[in-house]
Amino acid sequence: MNSTSLSRLFAARPVRRRTFFRVAGATAASSALVLAGCSKDDETPEVTAEQTFTLGTGDTGLLNYAYLLEQLEAAFYDKVVATPPSDMSAAELAYFTDLRDHEVIHREFFKFALGTSAIGTAVFNFGSFTLTTRAGVLAAAQTLEDLGVAAYNGAGKLFIDPVYLGVAGKIASVEARHAALIRDLVLPNSFAAADVVANDGGEFDGLDAAKTPAQVIAVVNTFLNITISAAGLPS
Amino acid sequence: MNIFQIISEIEKVDPEVYDRLDSRRSIFKHMSGMGKTLAAAAVPMAFGAVLNKAYAQTSMAPGVNDVLNFALKLEYLEAAFYNQGLGAANGTATAVQTALRAGFSATNLAALDKIRNDETAHVAFLRTALGTNAIDAPAANTFDFTGGKGGTPGPFATVFTAPATFLAVAQALEDTGVRAYKGGAPYLASNKDVLTAALNIHSVEARHASRIRTMRRAGAMNNAASQTAAGTDRSASPKSWVSGNDGGGPAPAQTAAVYGMGAAPAYTPAVITFPGEENVTQGGVNLQTALSSLNFPAAAFSEAFDEALPVPVVSDIARTFVITGSTFI
Repeated sequence: MNSTSLSRLFAARPVRRRTFFRVAGATAASSALVLAGCSKDDETPEVTAEQTFTLGTGDTGLLNYAYLLEQLEAAFYDKVVATPPSDMSAAELAYFTDLRDHEVIHREFFKFALGTSAIGTAVFNFGSFTLTTRAGVLAAAQTLEDLGVAAYNGAGKLFIDPVYLGVAGKIASVEARHAALIRDLVLPNSFAAADVVANDGGEFDGLDAAKTPAQVIAVVNTFLNITISAAGLPS
Repeated sequence: MNIFQIISEIEKVDPEVYDRLDSRRSIFKHMSGMGKTLAAAAVPMAFGAVLNKAYAQTSMAPGVNDVLNFALKLEYLEAAFYNQGLGAANGTATAVQTALRAGFSATNLAALDKIRNDETAHVAFLRTALGTNAIDAPAANTFDFTGGKGGTPGPFATVFTAPATFLAVAQALEDTGVRAYKGGAPYLASNKDVLTAALNIHSVEARHASRIRTMRRAGAMNNAASQTAAGTDRSASPKSWVSGNDGGGPAPAQTAAVYGMGAAPAYTPAVITFPGEENVTQGGVNLQTALSSLNFPAAAFSEAFDEALPVPVVSDIARTFVITGSTFI
């Protein structure tokens, strides 16, 4: 990419990033989210269970969608690297540190690129995973990495700007590399097993999965105490 | 002057006219704006300028079928590599193939057979998608996977007898596949279904590349991906993702291009560039600098993004494995 794309991708560096709430047009805060730059004591939010937040529309909405996914993955790896399960080997922890670095870079890249259009920082609830054992951590990582691959594969065609398609592609294959290694750690040789890469003798044999934003957000929502809506995203 | 009639006529000979004009939506928006703001007499001139610009920019740009056929060539190459080395899915392995297969643990061998089957499936998928436009499968003797181009065996002389060499070549081919699909994707944007299918093959190539790299790192007979770490010489003991330029690859003189720079052909839109895999700049911003507070090594920034490669460079890489004089690639 050159300076032309720079102006598009990194348009208007934020002086102060808009908060998730302002973008979403929401009036009530939620305990699931922490406002960037606010200390925890600043707010005593009233939780509104039915509150729904949106990611925006068009390419910006899709970039926020990717940003949310990368927030999810980075938060997961941050947590694992900070408090790894005791039965994880040093080599595996080294892999997870690499994965953490990659996902944090992806997250910060989107945040930087979105500037004032970026959603705020989401807080995730990983209660549905067992993060105290190696097996639990690997199972969780496999779920998240496969979700990421399918999400980027499904979003590629929705971007209007080819620059964004290019960026999504650059990240998608890295997520696929992650997924393959994690799967090898879970079960040797499951790197492209039939649950992700079609292998039923049909037309799409040898092809990975793609998921729509609505399908992906439905899964992401299970890790949030609020509800994100994919309604504004292209489909 | 009926502009829409003209576009309709052009569409008959050039179905992708709208893509050349940016997009269907924007051209109509553009045209309706012209009608309001320009005197009627000036419209033809403005319209001509738009067309000239559209065709001047993309006169050489590959169409959807061109991109798919190029992908098909690469898949023929990959499928031939695994079929020649390991034997075809339902065929009888030769003595040499049997000996090579014995060099891998059962688990790793199953992985390689799976990859072979995927590549064969990719060939079938692309041939179906292209229909009568699909190029024919090349003759088996089109390829020379030693890198000798049909003459004296090249740097990979032991490709089908030494597991380590076989995996090194496999890695180069898979990593090239990832970069090639990434480079072709923008030219498929006019056909959403085809683009999605290409992206779905693209990520499978990345899964393959990762598995092969894990296998190389742990050794052909070792199944335990968790018991090894990447060595300092990443051309021999790589990570599961591309880190820096990966030590120039398994045979730097022949495979450096796999991880190196690509030069954008004339038809490439200005927004698309082809840096080397060690690149840490995305969207025109050096992320290592912009995100210096993260305190991550340069390697992490290069690993976080796989780069695209343009067709001519991918062709050069593929020609390493094609006999001299062949017009296949």
